[in-house]
Amino acid sequence: MIAEHLPALQVVIPLLAAPLCVLLRRPGPAWALATAASWAAFGVAVLLLIAVLEQGVLSYHLGGWEPPWGIEYRVDLANAFVLLIVAAISAVVLPFARRSVAAEIPEEKAYLFYSMYLLCLTGLLGIAITGDAFNVFVFLEISSLSSYVLISLGKDRRALTAAFQYLIMGTIGATFYLIGVGLLYAMTGTLNMADLAQRLPAVADTRTVHAAFAFLVIGIGVKAAAFPLHLWLPNAYCYAPSVVTAFLAATATKVSIYVLLRILFTVFGPVFSFEAIEFDLVMIPLALAAMLLASTTAIFQNNVKRLLAYSSVAQIGYMVLGISLGSVTGVTAGIVHLFNHAMIKGGLFLAMGCVFVMLGSVQLRDMAGLGRRMPWTMAAFVIGGLSLIGVPATTGFISKWVLVQATLERGQWFFAVLILASSLLALVYVWRVVEVAYFRPAPEGAAEVSEAPLAMLIPTWLLILANVYFGVDTSLTLGVARRAAETLLGGAA
Amino acid sequence: MSPETAVWLAPAIPLAGAPLIALARRSPNLREAVTLITAAVLFLVVLQLVPEVMAGGRPAVTLLEMLPGLTLTFEVEPLGMVFAVVASFLWIVTSIYSIGYMRGHHEKNQTRFYVCFALALSSAMGVAFAGNMLTLFIFYEALTLTTYPLVTHSGTKEAVAAGRSYLGILLATSIGLQLLAIVWTWTLTGTLDFTTGGILQGHASPAMAALLYALFLFGIGKAAIMPLHRWLPAAMVAPTPVSALLHAVAVVKAGVFTVLKVSVYLFGIDFLAEAGASQWLMYVAAATILIASLVALKQDNLKRRLAYSTISQLSYIVLGATLANGLGAIGGGMHIAMHAFGKITLFFCAGAIDVALHKKQVSEMRGIGRAMPVTMTAFLIGSLSIIGLPPFGGLWSKWYLGLGTLEAGEYALLAVLMISSLLNVAYLLPIPIRAFFSPAEKGNEASGLKEAPLPCVLAFSVTALGCLFLFFFPEPLFRVLSLMVPG
Amino acid sequence: MIDPGLYNYWIVVVLMMAGFFIVISHGNLVKKIVGLNIFQTSVFILYISFGKVTDATAPILDEAYSEYSNPLPHVLILTAIVVGVATSALGLALIVRIREAYGTVEEDEIIAQDPDS
Repeated sequence: MIAEHLPALQVVIPLLAAPLCVLLRRPGPAWALATAASWAAFGVAVLLLIAVLEQGVLSYHLGGWEPPWGIEYRVDLANAFVLLIVAAISAVVLPFARRSVAAEIPEEKAYLFYSMYLLCLTGLLGIAITGDAFNVFVFLEISSLSSYVLISLGKDRRALTAAFQYLIMGTIGATFYLIGVGLLYAMTGTLNMADLAQRLPAVADTRTVHAAFAFLVIGIGVKAAAFPLHLWLPNAYCYAPSVVTAFLAATATKVSIYVLLRILFTVFGPVFSFEAIEFDLVMIPLALAAMLLASTTAIFQNNVKRLLAYSSVAQIGYMVLGISLGSVTGVTAGIVHLFNHAMIKGGLFLAMGCVFVMLGSVQLRDMAGLGRRMPWTMAAFVIGGLSLIGVPATTGFISKWVLVQATLERGQWFFAVLILASSLLALVYVWRVVEVAYFRPAPEGAAEVSEAPLAMLIPTWLLILANVYFGVDTSLTLGVARRAAETLLGGAA
Repeated sequence: MSPETAVWLAPAIPLAGAPLIALARRSPNLREAVTLITAAVLFLVVLQLVPEVMAGGRPAVTLLEMLPGLTLTFEVEPLGMVFAVVASFLWIVTSIYSIGYMRGHHEKNQTRFYVCFALALSSAMGVAFAGNMLTLFIFYEALTLTTYPLVTHSGTKEAVAAGRSYLGILLATSIGLQLLAIVWTWTLTGTLDFTTGGILQGHASPAMAALLYALFLFGIGKAAIMPLHRWLPAAMVAPTPVSALLHAVAVVKAGVFTVLKVSVYLFGIDFLAEAGASQWLMYVAAATILIASLVALKQDNLKRRLAYSTISQLSYIVLGATLANGLGAIGGGMHIAMHAFGKITLFFCAGAIDVALHKKQVSEMRGIGRAMPVTMTAFLIGSLSIIGLPPFGGLWSKWYLGLGTLEAGEYALLAVLMISSLLNVAYLLPIPIRAFFSPAEKGNEASGLKEAPLPCVLAFSVTALGCLFLFFFPEPLFRVLSLMVPG
Repeated sequence: MIDPGLYNYWIVVVLMMAGFFIVISHGNLVKKIVGLNIFQTSVFILYISFGKVTDATAPILDEAYSEYSNPLPHVLILTAIVVGVATSALGLALIVRIREAYGTVEEDEIIAQDPDS
């Protein structure tokens, strides 16, 4: 029965395809294989979500070993949703990759690129699906190591230093996580998350468990680029190849946020995280600072990819804020923004990928007059930008609505004001780009630039239109997010 | 056609017209024909709804559920009916005018112009027929965004700067304040439906209601209450048809319309009066009326002068809403229609003068009445209607607003209305008087008629006659608007 | 008086801080990698210390013994060591590429060449 092994297939398909890509050696076949594998993974993710919606939590024992001794893959609504996001983004980004990779990466290295990409996908899917705390570390490192490689493939030499910086910070973060898991193991003797959740309350009031909590949250915070641990992100996103930026921006930080959710709500439980530790007292101010400071920094960027990267830091602040509110509505806001932001940033970075391939630069000054020269690409950017601002009938609006509602429910209207203020900062940085692209005439003697090819436009527009669709019909996103939040807050379900 | 179909068709028709207009870009004649047909069909569809609404019906249609418990709903009520009829009728007139103006002016990017215009009208229809605050907000924002390309149409530095303050103020207020107020209302009451008598009663303390009302009022930047009025004079860089229909009718009226909707259907005028939530905002509106009129006096650029006049007139409607009694709300609602006809006439004339004589400054317009007698007569009619003199429609709305101030016992505000009318005389009437009676400036003596192209003349003749018509037949308007106030 | 059973943990703390300090304070990229290695090694020792059971022997099945140390942390840390080696290898490979591109492995000299890197 294949249906029985879906959770394993989710990870195994891209994992097996990765070495096969190396064997193929030619960019075309390697791309085709990667795309096929990614689409298959997407299919599996859809089936998993359907299965979870119908049957409730799925538990898969890897190799037939009973948990808590063996590794358990545990799929509930929260991670089924995250799996879907990651797999969907990858399935859209890969068709785009063909042209983009050909333009940005030397042909003889292209097959290695696809192989690394698949490994990264494997790691991200693995993090999301596993129910074992140590297994999370392993997958975290698989995805991290491959993403260091992917980032370093950028054309600019600064990609190398960005990747190195990320490597240092990422390794420290992962090691922190490892320490946290070790401390928990020392106190409870188990690594299975559900099992941990049951055993932790007995020892919750010890310094070791408190230290473990701190190590885990900081470690994951680095990977999630939660303010102020985000320093690696702007350069990494800025200098990485366009495809990598789009993929990582839409998925990597999201998966880390998911792990944070798991740690807070499933492993430690809301009672410990919010009442004993008062996690929110630290995280809410940091999240608000992220929203305001990173958005302000974004305004002053002249490289559009870097501008969007700072915007990502701010948007991660929204998610952390939602989670830190600790209420069902707050967590719903966090989860739904996970999904929505993946589509927004995925679409925007793909649009920038089109620009980079056709124009050879994403510097703001080079984009003058681009509204006329690449009308479809820039129209996509404008719609994505509006979604980022949170204009109604886009996904960004939905996220903002739920988040503001969550703050008002707790009577914290001041946070609501800051959330909306940060949207206005988004308006400023998005419109800086729009004005240059549409109203500044192209410089004299600028090279002729034509519209991006359809193979790149279609994936871009797919994500952009998803922004509009899920901005109007929210039954899937918001419905699943709310149920996922209820599951998480209901303890270790 | 059932009324329900007509309800959703109203926003859908211009939306469907937009791509057709874009497709017809190769042939200007075909393109303008598509615009005109779309506008005419829209008007007919909107008219279909009138009997139903006059009979007290409120046809509604729900499209889908956007957020749990919050739907995308259209529902036609009297106020929205008035707004929709006015806007869709004037779109036809403006389209005719645009043909003369845009060609006479040799504007670039005319296709983009017509497409955005249709999209803006679609948004305006959505605002008019919105059945709850969320739907209204969506179309409110869509209206801002679809008019942005029209404001920056010329693409000059000045236009871009104007676009910046346009978008900046309108989006900043709506996202920063109005959205907050909406979500707050939603958390308080669990509904955002427009309900006769309001939904907030019993859910908010008077102090909270006052704060919430202020958030709404300043959040609705399109109502151009001072100090959030700067975008409107800035938007005057747009081609004149845009200033005429959008920045004298659709956009600004969408703003005051929203104010009225919020006051009447979210707060309920009884609750407003009881909680005293709108008390101090009444004086803000009154101050806006006076200050904007004074500023208008000093403007030499005709369109800017008219823009400040609009700011002042919009606050009449806001004042009507904040008076928190039935007569004030009805007077405000009537003023939406009355001011629309008067002001659009004035803008049409301003554009016609620009096309025919290339004059934009008031000081250059001495003696032009001899060259453009029809234009200046229409201008005179528009001015008189704005001032509120018989036999023009503007009289009636001011009449009911005045009665509203008396009912509220605010005699000072009645005085404000009077003074403002005098100020209107001072900044509007000298223009036609000098045009007719002053000697022409040197170099302006060019003899003979030099009217604007025929479509322009046709357009402002229709709207000027409309002002006259509304004086004699205001009764249906009054009757339909009385339906929105309970009891 | 420190419990002798806790010596391991003191070593872990010292190594961890030393490694972390090297990563932060040194501008030489190779030294950063070395520091990172020391930092990771401290965690390996931490895990292995968890596995120690007092008076128990190595976890090799033998009839003569009935108490064994916990083998699971050993296995886990084997994985972590592999990850650590991979990280070092990748880091060093990046350093080689950086040296090719910039002609130096000193952080301040790289920043001097590319101010926003």
